[in-house]
Amino acid sequence: MLAGHRTWEFENQPVVSSTGTVGGPFEAKGRIPNDFDTLHDDLWVGQESYEKAEKVMFEEACMKSIEKAGLTKEDIQLILAGNLVNQITPTSFAARSFPVPYFGLFGACSTSMEGMALAAYIVNTGGFKYVLTGSSSHNSSIEKQFRYPTEYGAQKPPTAQWTATAAGTALVTDTGVGPRVTSATLGRVIDMGLSDPYNMGGAMAPAAVDTIEAHFRDRQIDPSYYDLIVTGDLGKIGQTIAYDLLTDHGMNITKDQFRDCGLIIYREDQPVLSGASGSGCSAAVTYGHLFNRMKEGEFNRILVVATGALLSPLSYQQKESIPCIAHAVSFENN
Amino acid sequence: MEIINIDHVLERGVKMSDQKKKNLSPVQQKYQKFASDREVKRPVLKNCLKAFLVGGLICTLGQGVQTFYYTFFDFTEKSAGDPAVATMIFFSVILTGFGVYDRFAQFAGAGTAVPVTGFANSVASAAIEHRTEGYVLGVGGNMFKLAGSVIVFGTVAAFIIALIKTILIQWGGL
Repeated sequence: MLAGHRTWEFENQPVVSSTGTVGGPFEAKGRIPNDFDTLHDDLWVGQESYEKAEKVMFEEACMKSIEKAGLTKEDIQLILAGNLVNQITPTSFAARSFPVPYFGLFGACSTSMEGMALAAYIVNTGGFKYVLTGSSSHNSSIEKQFRYPTEYGAQKPPTAQWTATAAGTALVTDTGVGPRVTSATLGRVIDMGLSDPYNMGGAMAPAAVDTIEAHFRDRQIDPSYYDLIVTGDLGKIGQTIAYDLLTDHGMNITKDQFRDCGLIIYREDQPVLSGASGSGCSAAVTYGHLFNRMKEGEFNRILVVATGALLSPLSYQQKESIPCIAHAVSFENN
Repeated sequence: MEIINIDHVLERGVKMSDQKKKNLSPVQQKYQKFASDREVKRPVLKNCLKAFLVGGLICTLGQGVQTFYYTFFDFTEKSAGDPAVATMIFFSVILTGFGVYDRFAQFAGAGTAVPVTGFANSVASAAIEHRTEGYVLGVGGNMFKLAGSVIVFGTVAAFIIALIKTILIQWGGL
């Protein structure tokens, strides 16, 4: 079960039997629109606030997962999810419409894999048979909370990232057809003293590197074991830093094999500066795009490393540095 | 680069919060250097040029509006300033409402932020943003979230400058 210091190997191999992904209008114009189950052309999703819009998107993603598995709301035994809004209200409010136990999680953008690691652990040990996990983010609700009003004219530096409007959920079950969850490496909080909230990639890269190295050390395997090692979401700059750090440390990893969810979701010509971010980004890209490629057989073994910057607007104004975390989960085809 | 040996960074982290000092450990310093080598820097010179051109263009436009008022209406060159500023604010608020002012701003930077249009944008954008929390606590309470500090420190600065001017006139014999 426990391998090394902080990796769980799931001997009963829980299955991701279905997933649900929802995106906004900007994501519809992105690189992977076909990998979303639902795309909205209205940023408000017909709601009166962006927070409500995010709640609705997360509910829809949950329902997609449940429907695709041929289940009903009542069959789900536990929901493990979170987002970036204060007190994770969109997730908790969405959970209100599901009559099942719920744990709200906060790991900033690492929430997607935090939830997946816990869900797989619970299913693996027989705690529950059907666990729904996921995460969401909404560009406008996050900009409003962490930065400036959306319509305020502040020039962003090239290191800034664009918060994705997306939600992704996955249903983890003990039996079924789909990618198997084989292991999870839990991250620890790493702070390299960076304090620029417009350079999250640079702040989060060491956390990703720490977790990736721990994963290979604990499982005693080589990076070539995986077809793909995907971070979420370091963006252009953070990903370059992470890659250089890993190669610097003598890790045998190739550029083709090392990808980032924040660089997959949008096209090159979209004005997203360093790339995408947001807790919904890694969830939607992994559970949509990457799992579809696994189903097609393009990839058979992937390691997803979701990274989170654990800052708040208050901590930033109080001149605190940005502590970061990364959790890794491996998915493999049979 | 040595990140694996993170334990003494963690220790350092504890010490940091204890002393509330920004002393960085050698590992942190080394990483920051490593990261900043790979960072894309702000194109400062290009941004300055764009700000100069766009800012200048907005001010020229404002001057045009002012000239228009004292040529075609009953204003003097001096009194036409007020309606001209009001007109520029109006344009800025309209563009903010249509969601395009922030897109110009990503290109123009200080060029759209420094003129009065930038001030209007900061008030209007905050008001729009917090509409969902109601008129009193939302719009009213947050409207000056960004502009408030400009008003506060603008007033403080004006007071100090006026004080200096008065002192110089009274005792300096200017």
